[in-house]
Amino acid sequence: MANTSSFSSSPSTKFSFDEKPHVLAVDDNLIDRKVIERLFINSTCKVTTAENGKRALEYLGLADGQHPNHNDLKVNLIITDYSMPGMTGYELLKRIKESPTMKEIPVVVVSSENIPTRINQCMQGGAQEFLLKPLQLSDATKLRCHIKKAITRGVCRRR
Amino acid sequence: MDSVVQLQRQLVDYTVQLFNEGFLDDQFNQLQQLQDESNPDFVVEVVTLFFEDSERLLDELAKALEQQSVDYTKIDAHVHQLKGSSSSIGAQRVQKVCIGFRNFCEERNIEGCQKCLHQVKREYSLVKTKLETLFKLERKVLAAGGSIPWPM
Repeated sequence: MANTSSFSSSPSTKFSFDEKPHVLAVDDNLIDRKVIERLFINSTCKVTTAENGKRALEYLGLADGQHPNHNDLKVNLIITDYSMPGMTGYELLKRIKESPTMKEIPVVVVSSENIPTRINQCMQGGAQEFLLKPLQLSDATKLRCHIKKAITRGVCRRR
Repeated sequence: MDSVVQLQRQLVDYTVQLFNEGFLDDQFNQLQQLQDESNPDFVVEVVTLFFEDSERLLDELAKALEQQSVDYTKIDAHVHQLKGSSSSIGAQRVQKVCIGFRNFCEERNIEGCQKCLHQVKREYSLVKTKLETLFKLERKVLAAGGSIPWPM
């Protein structure tokens, strides 16, 4: 299994009125990336995975020195692990919320550890939700409903 | 040659045993629910990744604990990964040892860490054997023309 690519995507659909929601999943654990990917693909979402915060920011066009010019980049939900080397999920959350172009995208933080101060920190930082790992099908289903509502309300950011 | 029904029975009984003995927990059921006709090998694929990743981590842990100056932060990071992956596939006993392992890391207790490494290697080896047996039984059922009775 090649671990060399920074991020990988499931095949994208052509633009249509009924587009599949696009989830960006950020996690340094290879097994977790595979499970999250399947969880969301089974909930009929398109999934892109990134192995750390830096790669996620690059994908979003928010890395240092980058100019966001992804005209067709549409991300409806970002789901990120909290504990990652280099940049925590919280730090990634803050960077996304500071971005004028990406701040509207709901960010869900996941963690294997149930630490109230951590949960508060993320919620204060603008997280949509904080979920405990391991994620289950019911979590993905629930999140997909959130995404659908957000799209319907026109909250999701399109560039 | 066992009939399909007998093979399915064997498979179900073996799986129930694994759950009863704590080798697997509900997260394994979750993985099975994610498998379907378009992804018929999902569980095997994820578990295979888990085997590869775990073996790498166990090697790293052994090396790290042999160092003159033990880097507990590095060890903790590896154990955290192993705890995460085992939790994600439902390998409950491996996960449990990892929890204790992390506590010893925090205490910088070399003996405790060494003991945990030994334990986690043992639990990993056990669950690997059990899962390989499980997959073998599944293949037998499929080869006999039966279907896998998941999720349970």
